[in-house]
Amino acid sequence: MASAVVALLLSFAIGLMRLSPLRLVRFVAGFYVEVIRGTSALVQLFYLFFILPVVGIRIDPFSTAVLGIGVNISAYGAEIVRAAIRDIDRGQWEAATALDMPRLLALRRIILPQALLAMLPSFGNLMVDLLKLTSLVSLITLTDLTFAGTALITTTGRPGQVWGLVLVLYFLMATPIGWAARRLETALAARQRGRS
Amino acid sequence: MKFDFSFALEILPALLRGAIVTAEATFGGMALALVGGLVLALGRRSKIPGVSRLSASYVLFMRNTPLLVQIYFLFYVLPFAGIMFGALTTGILALGLNYSAYIAEVYRAGIDGVPQGQWEAARALDFSPGQTWGRVILPQALPPMLPVLGNYLIGMFKDSPLLATITVPEMFAAAEHIAGETYRYNEPYTLVGLIFLCLSYPASLAVRQLEKRFGKV
Repeated sequence: MASAVVALLLSFAIGLMRLSPLRLVRFVAGFYVEVIRGTSALVQLFYLFFILPVVGIRIDPFSTAVLGIGVNISAYGAEIVRAAIRDIDRGQWEAATALDMPRLLALRRIILPQALLAMLPSFGNLMVDLLKLTSLVSLITLTDLTFAGTALITTTGRPGQVWGLVLVLYFLMATPIGWAARRLETALAARQRGRS
Repeated sequence: MKFDFSFALEILPALLRGAIVTAEATFGGMALALVGGLVLALGRRSKIPGVSRLSASYVLFMRNTPLLVQIYFLFYVLPFAGIMFGALTTGILALGLNYSAYIAEVYRAGIDGVPQGQWEAARALDFSPGQTWGRVILPQALPPMLPVLGNYLIGMFKDSPLLATITVPEMFAAAEHIAGETYRYNEPYTLVGLIFLCLSYPASLAVRQLEKRFGKV
């Protein structure tokens, strides 16, 4: 959950940065997205877990995991934000300019409310990915569901049943998220059609 | 924090040896997923009762559970069923089974993307099913799939470090091994990250070119 918050905040920050009129800001955000999407999530997590303490930043494994997963997902989220904002009709921007609205105000009052609706289904899918990604944190000593599975196997010696059950549990958590995202998508599509 | 270049150079061969295993796992998994996805996509279109449903459930289940746990499941359950595979084979199998669920959807979207009129036209010209698929549908359905398949290949490449957890000696496992032996974490993990980036970034640029040429599904 905490990862989801970090991911959402970072997604918007980076996504908006990629649309900035300043080239440098755009470049930094683009670089961030490419690096994160170009490397493996597990490698990123280990990198944070082992390297942060070396450079003198001491945070507990849980915060490391939240940060790692949040950062990883945010790179994908930023692309969703960017695509959604870019797909808003240019006329909306022009109308705001014609009304003498400053860019930031136009973004907040005109563009984002429309773009947010378009982003919702994609973010639903991204949340399913996030849930699945959390299974990796067991590898940096956190006691999540997957770690609990490992522990149960050492006490019960029944890997088949335990991993089967863990799979079912993840499935039960992820399916409602995906289902809700699809419901939202159809509901939004219906509303859009009603409006136009 | 210091980054020791001579140490980095020293461990590079070991990492690259691991990278070969990573490549084997990725391409092996992809080959399996391409075939598995086809089976699933055909199953989805099948008119035999239950088959379409079964294939849809498989796709849903695979997409909604973490790959890591699927890997564990296969690794620990296959021996119980009397199937003895090496760790790498199990890993390729896990990657392939997982990604076939995603690739089945790519095939489905590609085939559904061919306009209905094309089917009707083939029928009107009295084409056999083989001709319809081979001459009309597939030539139109395949090119738009290519960039999506490319993206999944990159995705699988980035998922391959998970195989280190079941003792497959791939690139990430090599880095872990070096880090564990020398207590130097910076160089091995940084290098692994860089190798990933050096391979997957050009690949994603290539995919973008494909997208420009063929359009998106």
